[in-house]
Amino acid sequence: MGGMNLENISETYMDVLKELGNIGAGNAMTALSQMLNCKVDMRVPQIKLMEFSEIGEVVGGEEQIMVGVFLGVEGDITGSMMFLVEKSSAKHLINKLMMGMASPGDEFTEMELSAMREVGNIITGAYLNSLSVITNMKIQPTPPELAVDMAGAILSVPAIKFGIFGDNILMIQSQFFDEIEIDGYFILIPDLDSYAKILGSLGMPID
Amino acid sequence: MGEIIKVGMADLKTCVSPDGLTTLGLGSCIGIALRDPVTKIGGLAHIMLPDSTAMRSAKISAPKFADTGIEELVRQMEAMGARRNRMTAKIAGGATMFSFQGKADMVQVGLRNAEACIKKLKEFGIPVLAQDTGANYGRTVVFFPETGDYIIRAVGKPEKTI
Repeated sequence: MGGMNLENISETYMDVLKELGNIGAGNAMTALSQMLNCKVDMRVPQIKLMEFSEIGEVVGGEEQIMVGVFLGVEGDITGSMMFLVEKSSAKHLINKLMMGMASPGDEFTEMELSAMREVGNIITGAYLNSLSVITNMKIQPTPPELAVDMAGAILSVPAIKFGIFGDNILMIQSQFFDEIEIDGYFILIPDLDSYAKILGSLGMPID
Repeated sequence: MGEIIKVGMADLKTCVSPDGLTTLGLGSCIGIALRDPVTKIGGLAHIMLPDSTAMRSAKISAPKFADTGIEELVRQMEAMGARRNRMTAKIAGGATMFSFQGKADMVQVGLRNAEACIKKLKEFGIPVLAQDTGANYGRTVVFFPETGDYIIRAVGKPEKTI
């Protein structure tokens, strides 16, 4: 994949990637809605190609404590994916899932972390599954890993992956809400040659 | 009290006492703090990857890598009047945020970052006075060239100074 990099990717390709992100996040929200057994609304996802130094600002500051679920992507394309949600929103989600039985305060019990990992697993699974259907490629997630830490520290993981081949990171932000507003972020990080495969499978080969 | 200057990811900045430098939420990245104790000139680089020479891309952003980041930081500090032979270093970061980062291409990038920093500093003859690297949590750091204090904060842990 000689000269490909994210900075010189054309507007059209960017639109295609945006649309994929939109569809993926839409499916993820449907899965979340079924799991919580309530209506979950979503705003139109925003897709941004950002410099590394801007990352923290997007998620409300580098020191904002967040829950990040990180998993690998395997199959016809390879890479990784991350789902990030702010700590109090994560607590809200877990509380819903556990029918209001979550522990008080802002710490997470082992059981709650495990529940959050499962939430991440299901919604990222739905996200990847929809990409798999559209592109007609085999795309599977690896078991998820979870971290509760500063946004900057968690985001350094995908940032480093992007850093290997460019100076920007492609991020899909989807804000969703039931009765309270929850900011959630999906970051899909295909390996560089997987971008070409994704676009190629949609009939847009990169020359 | 001076100003505290913020350094972003893949970025570097210099200052003179009483000012200080900070970088927030270091994960697998490393914050390299350099200081010339005589002129009280300090510098902080927030690097992401160990080695610029492994990159295929023609355009390289210096502060992103341990090797080029340290070179650039030393160059800027020298331009301000600091001397390399007086400089000392402290480093923090290089965590492994997710346990399966240990797999495949992400082979402990935090650990490799720390090793690359130490190697480059050694090449420059800059002694590493202290380090707080590894483990599995993020760190926010604040550096004061006046005293050389490097303050490290992490979620749910007491603040420490190295």
